[in-house]
Amino acid sequence: MSIEHNIPNYFRVKIESDHCKKCKRCVSHCSYGALSFNNEKIISDDSKCVACNRCASMCPGKAIKIVKDESCLPPHGNYSRRIRNIIWAQSGTGGVLLSATGNDRPIRNIFDDLLLDACQVTNPSIDPLRETIETKVFFGRKPQKLDFTTDPIDPNKISLKTEFLPHFEIDMPLMVGHMSLGSISYNACMAIYQAVNELNILAGSGEGGLHPDFYEYGKNIITEVASGRFGVDIKYLQNTVGLEIKIGQGAKPGHGGHLPGEKVNSMISQTRMIPKGSDALSPYPHHDIYSIEDLAQLISALKEATRYKVPIGVKIAAVHNSAPIAVGIVRGGADFISIDGFRGGTGAAPRIIRDHAGIPIELAIASVDQRLRQEGLRDQVTLVAGGSIRYSADLIKAIALGADVGMVGMPVLIALGCRVCQQCFRGLCSWGIATQKPYLVKRLDIDVARNRIINLFHAWNEELKEILGAMGIDSIESLRSNRDRLRYIGPNPRIADILNVKHAGE
Amino acid sequence: MTENTLKEKINMNGNNSIEIDCAPNGKPLNYKILNEEIHQVINSGYKKIILNKVCGQRFIGASLQGDLEFVINGVPGNDLGIFMDGPKIIVNDNCEDQAGNTMNNGTIIIHGDGGDVIGLSARGGKIYVKKDVGYRVGIHIKEYERKHPVIIIGGTARDFLGEYMAGGLVIILGLKILPDGKITENDYPICGNELGTGIHRGKIILRTNEDLQSKLGVGAKLFKPDEDDLKHIEPYLKEFCEIFSIPYKIITQKPFKVVKPISKRPFGGSYCGQIV
Ligand code: SF4
Ligand code: SF4
Repeated sequence: MSIEHNIPNYFRVKIESDHCKKCKRCVSHCSYGALSFNNEKIISDDSKCVACNRCASMCPGKAIKIVKDESCLPPHGNYSRRIRNIIWAQSGTGGVLLSATGNDRPIRNIFDDLLLDACQVTNPSIDPLRETIETKVFFGRKPQKLDFTTDPIDPNKISLKTEFLPHFEIDMPLMVGHMSLGSISYNACMAIYQAVNELNILAGSGEGGLHPDFYEYGKNIITEVASGRFGVDIKYLQNTVGLEIKIGQGAKPGHGGHLPGEKVNSMISQTRMIPKGSDALSPYPHHDIYSIEDLAQLISALKEATRYKVPIGVKIAAVHNSAPIAVGIVRGGADFISIDGFRGGTGAAPRIIRDHAGIPIELAIASVDQRLRQEGLRDQVTLVAGGSIRYSADLIKAIALGADVGMVGMPVLIALGCRVCQQCFRGLCSWGIATQKPYLVKRLDIDVARNRIINLFHAWNEELKEILGAMGIDSIESLRSNRDRLRYIGPNPRIADILNVKHAGE
Repeated sequence: MTENTLKEKINMNGNNSIEIDCAPNGKPLNYKILNEEIHQVINSGYKKIILNKVCGQRFIGASLQGDLEFVINGVPGNDLGIFMDGPKIIVNDNCEDQAGNTMNNGTIIIHGDGGDVIGLSARGGKIYVKKDVGYRVGIHIKEYERKHPVIIIGGTARDFLGEYMAGGLVIILGLKILPDGKITENDYPICGNELGTGIHRGKIILRTNEDLQSKLGVGAKLFKPDEDDLKHIEPYLKEFCEIFSIPYKIITQKPFKVVKPISKRPFGGSYCGQIV
């Protein structure tokens, strides 16, 4: 007798036989093997359905609907269906449960509890259609003040003495978060890099190296140096606009990485520079970093290795003591800090960590920004923040709380077709995004995907301008840390205190 | 650094070789200044760079490429040869931690003790250390196509040797090489605990009679060396013996033990992907 228990299905594939043309397209499109044809009609194994909706959107007869399985479990307010399913799955397999995308627990979202200010009477708003509103951001280390020298002979001749440290300019306060080739497909990476190149914004390489085809987009790619050091060689260090030491990721703070051997095909092997078929294990910590001093050492090593030409940053997950760590990072020499909140995405993480570790990005931005300010360090560095910036409203609130740049992952994938089925770790993504299987990857058309990303961010940027105009602010950099333009309407005034945001009506 | 001050510190020797005084007037140069000088002399075409009075300066040789040779007199600081891709570094003394960090190719020869975490994540090249080394040596070294990192230690190592190893070769000889050139067996244990923990490719070879079973880490398994193993290590060992003037026959006086991974996927079975 099998030790495994049948877990009640979540979904049901409803096929209307009247509309079905028996073309079997749905069968070939279902990468999870839920559909088959028994020579008479399409039948479904609902236990395999993940509601990715690929079949439904490919069906020429519009015959398919994925619905919630209506069979119910005895109701219980504490033992939810999800908790019961977790117990059944674990008692059947004995394994650590995997998950993907970001934390899916219905924890109250703080961005949703924040409202924006707008101009009325006493301060004029700006019309973004007729006046310039700047969404440019300078990325990297900034001088705290400018020094000038006056010519001893001609006192009218003044020249700049301050030497600028590595920094560059991007056109929108946006970075596509780190997603490696391996966690997502070649086509998805290519579409992202082409789009950010076109928009002059940034994308992260993830920790899986950089495929040589992507070098030409290097001026918009921040490459990552993680504990596994995959694909880190001189070309990798040189073909980049900035380097980021990855300490943590919002979806799995404190955890390493584990790309299973079956996904390490020859392309992944070349890019990560590891043998085909081997697991790519990223150790939990960097074994040359056990302290802030050690971190400072790796920052210095990367500066040496890149001859002080590009900004070097550090990415941490938002955790309880992010603020003092951020101070250490800046004092250690980092030119930028990235913070990834507990809702940040992943291609694979133990469910227990994804769902229960870390803190909301809203609180982390506010406390890091405040602490850096107290220490007189805030203006020296760029603060990148992500971990569920879902749309432009979240982005603008993140900036008002203190971020310079928003890091965005899931919205980009959703723009590409992702249905948030949360099965990325299985490598079977029917939309050609989180998979390495050639027959699935080719479903994602690079040009279409690229244009969809460009459209999405173009729209966000226009919305930024609209809202900035309504607030009477003509540059996104003037909104940064401008918390007086935010009000809190949530149920917990303590949150407003930590955010240093007034309650609505105050 | 102006050209004049640079000239005061360096001695041109002809033959493309140049010396740099790393502690002029007894005051060690800051690592940034030293490394900048190194870059300048390389840009002027020098191929052999002799660094005198080195005193803990970090990142020497960082991300350098090509056929360069460094001779280091003194003790170099952490991250010697980090990201290096090709050059040869000879250290005529001890060396601090993390030599050969993420090295892609090249050779580091240390005529003394090495520190901790030697060869962290190295993908290629050779690191030969005459005496003892510390913790986590050879951690996560990996092989790829024709790249195959080799670390040989004349003395002994500590805990977590070859942790997470993803390819390449680590050899620990357990010798004690005295200043007068005499060679005896080292009294210290050949390595510490957690030997090869998480190893999923490559091998660790230890020249010892010790029972290593209780020291093995997760995913590591002990073997007797087979013909292939011995053939594989012989040229490296001969090269090592030649560099440090060790008679090769001493090497064969004790048996080798081999640590290899149980599987290429040591943690594959611990996860469950069920839809919940
Ligand atoms: S794709 Fe639609 S029409 Fe074609 S077999 Fe499936 S359900 Fe029928
Ligand atoms: S990327 Fe693909 S597998 Fe991952 S959640 Fe989206 S649709 Fe599902």
